[in-house]
Amino acid sequence: MPSLKSLLKSIFRRTSEGAPTPTAHPGRSYPDVNETKQVVVGTGQSVGIERSHNEDALLVLTGQLTGIHPLPDFGLFVVADGMGGHRAGEVASAVSIRTVARMLTRDTMIQLLNNDHSELETPLQDLLREALEEANRAVVEEVPGGGTTLTAAVLLGPQITIGHVGDTRLKELGQLTPEEASVHPQRNVLYRAIGQGANLEVDVFTHPVPKNGGHLLICSDGLWGVVPDETIQRIVNSAHHPQLAAQQLVTAANSAGGPDNITVVLVRFPKG
Amino acid sequence: MQRTTRQLSDKEGKGDGLDRLQAGTTLQERYLVLGMLGSGGMSSVYKGRDLHFPNVTKLVAIKEMVNLIADQSMYEMVVKNFEREADLLAALSHPAIPTIYDNFSHQNRSYLVMEFIDGDDLEAILDEYEDFIPEERVVTWAIEICDVLSYLHNHKPQPIIFRDIKPSNVMIDHHNHVRLIDFGIARHFQPGEKGTMIGTEGYSPPEQYRGEASPAGDIYALWATMHHLLTRRDPRLEPPFSFTERPVREINPTVSPELENVISTALAYDPKDRYPTAALMKEALISTAKRTGLLSRPSVAAVIAQSDKVEEIWKFECEDEVRGSPLVENGYVYIGCYDNNIYALDAKSGEFQWKYATEGGISGKPAVEDGVVFIGSEDNRLYALTANRGGLVWTYYAEGPIHSSPTLADGHVFVGSDDRRLHVVSQVNGRRAWRVEANAPIWSTPLVHDERVYFGCESGDFYCYDFKAELKWRKKAKRGVTSSPLLVEDMIYFGSRDWTLYALEAENGYQIWRFRMGGATISTPAFYDGMLFIGCGDNNIYAIDARHAREAWRYEADHQVTGSPVVHEGSVYVGSVDGSLYCIDHKTGRLRWRYHTEGPITGTPAIVDNTVFIGSTDHRVYAVLA
Repeated sequence: MPSLKSLLKSIFRRTSEGAPTPTAHPGRSYPDVNETKQVVVGTGQSVGIERSHNEDALLVLTGQLTGIHPLPDFGLFVVADGMGGHRAGEVASAVSIRTVARMLTRDTMIQLLNNDHSELETPLQDLLREALEEANRAVVEEVPGGGTTLTAAVLLGPQITIGHVGDTRLKELGQLTPEEASVHPQRNVLYRAIGQGANLEVDVFTHPVPKNGGHLLICSDGLWGVVPDETIQRIVNSAHHPQLAAQQLVTAANSAGGPDNITVVLVRFPKG
Repeated sequence: MQRTTRQLSDKEGKGDGLDRLQAGTTLQERYLVLGMLGSGGMSSVYKGRDLHFPNVTKLVAIKEMVNLIADQSMYEMVVKNFEREADLLAALSHPAIPTIYDNFSHQNRSYLVMEFIDGDDLEAILDEYEDFIPEERVVTWAIEICDVLSYLHNHKPQPIIFRDIKPSNVMIDHHNHVRLIDFGIARHFQPGEKGTMIGTEGYSPPEQYRGEASPAGDIYALWATMHHLLTRRDPRLEPPFSFTERPVREINPTVSPELENVISTALAYDPKDRYPTAALMKEALISTAKRTGLLSRPSVAAVIAQSDKVEEIWKFECEDEVRGSPLVENGYVYIGCYDNNIYALDAKSGEFQWKYATEGGISGKPAVEDGVVFIGSEDNRLYALTANRGGLVWTYYAEGPIHSSPTLADGHVFVGSDDRRLHVVSQVNGRRAWRVEANAPIWSTPLVHDERVYFGCESGDFYCYDFKAELKWRKKAKRGVTSSPLLVEDMIYFGSRDWTLYALEAENGYQIWRFRMGGATISTPAFYDGMLFIGCGDNNIYAIDARHAREAWRYEADHQVTGSPVVHEGSVYVGSVDGSLYCIDHKTGRLRWRYHTEGPITGTPAIVDNTVFIGSTDHRVYAVLA
């Protein structure tokens, strides 16, 4: 039985040896490379100019399984923006993001790998709501005085389901109108947050993945409202890779004064 | 309660020098004056009748302005303003804005002939109602006012600012819908432009006193008006802009804190602190109403129209109960009946065209394509008949009765049977292409999309097969799925007898959400404007936000709602076992009308050319105006 290391080696070797290059045999035709249409993600984070601590946290997980029993495209994207003195904010965002990730991977990703799917599983919206409520319990217990806003998006096949507490911002670009972006009546009011008491109001909804390509941007307050929407839109649409766009967004927020921690998760959906 | 007056301050008989039009006067040999509705300033409004419609009484409102100003330039300005109101109204088209019919002048009098609105203005409603006006009514009206303000503020080429929202300028018609009246001072908005102060003291925003008019000003006046309704404190009698000193809940504690928050934002002194647009204002109101449960409470408003107001176009008598659903195509209505016949009727007149007798009752909805009608019967057979004559083209035998309705796709008929099979049959010759087994009888109508077929069965199993008859996925509800699936934006929706409406992503059947109702459902959901509508055995028709899985409203019928809703131009049409066909506003859940038949309705209506077709177990097929 080969060790893991040597097995990996042999796999790699076989792959590289076995991979024919079209230039070597110009006359031959090969089967098409199956096009996998995977989402591409970029992230960026910065403490900003005016703050000394980073109280934000982000998490990105994506999964793909092809073959005779394929799985739907899977993704988990979370941004948390902590608050509270004596490091409570950074602990709160860390605790909540781990709780949400632990619950959602167990209940969705692992569940998907199960072969029998005929029983109706718990609805995804309920799982997301439970995960956010569990994160709230964890923060209330473990981080007194701390709180965090949190936005979690679960990509499952053609649908994206989003859970949202507090004012982490989420935008599906392309549908963004300047009006809704710049003048939300509660834009400066933090009205809900994880860790602020027993009754948590969670906003959960499901959105179809844009068929002709598009973006999902999840960001904290350090970007939102600091960089004008038109600029965000322009950066996102002109960058070749979402990673470049995410970094440029962070730079733009810092050059606009960097008043708060900046966290950006940018998901690019493939064109159908 | 129902008065048909528009009350302005009534100065009649006080001898103010204006020569009133007498009842019986005819203007332009066309408009017969019936009486005065009200007057104010230089204008009076009369109720009149349009004599160009001699056979019916077409009522109109006639606004008359008598110009007694001596100064020539002032005189011309007044005439110009009156003409501007006419031009402005003529360019507008919105359900909350009265339609203008005519415009003419005679000597020093100018006239505007408009739609006559049957209802009360808010001032009259305040006078009649002794208590605070309930929050739910205020919110419902305010949402509608936001809609019309949004229309005006987004008007092209220039936004229009109404500038004078106050109780006497807002009418509630007898369908409980808002109508804005008196566009006398509304005007095109030029950003930054200043003019003279016009409006009504108490209701108008502070900046309007400085001559500034803006969308935020209309929002202020809207809430000054609603504040008046909720508190019964007349702002004209209070210090100017003192709303913040009179918080709504201090005067009327029944108002929710959520609404109070909205009001204080809308009434902020600085326009920058208010809701910037009517659309955002409305959004805030709707989310408030959802939080306070207002929008989910059954029957927000009282019944407003009786069935005698619904116009019946025709009815057709069959020999037994009509449990099936009509299909309208090419001027024909096709409908199956328990007298074993499928009927073809003329859609316009209801005249009998042909019938074809099967050997069992028919409960499904026919399907038609390329001149051939397909229908299943309890005699185990699927029939293909010529659409124009009802001649038999072929029959296909299942091994059990067919209750499921046929679905046509890719040259095939897909239909379920009590023999626990889904049959796929060639449309051309009636030969079976393939079939798949289910765990129980299939009553649900199959849905075909993108080379996949989706259907439920009576054991609660729900299947997705591809065209190679390979199972893609299967899910099991706790009880039977008689409800047929609906596919919208890659999501499959269906109801079950286990009291649940399910939302599964179509690709793999993963459950995204479920919505629990108060009873079993066999109704098929309909989708419109981001909402799902479904009937239920708990007597309710539910409206559910499809993305948030939240109830937007529910409407309670007098008995079970087993039929499926159909949405047409903003109205939800659905039949109930109580015998009524309901027409409900899709946004608010308010009843628009109901139409009584003499037996339970179990089928689904069809709507074509503004006509609703429905069968009833009273043996009749009805066509009524939508």
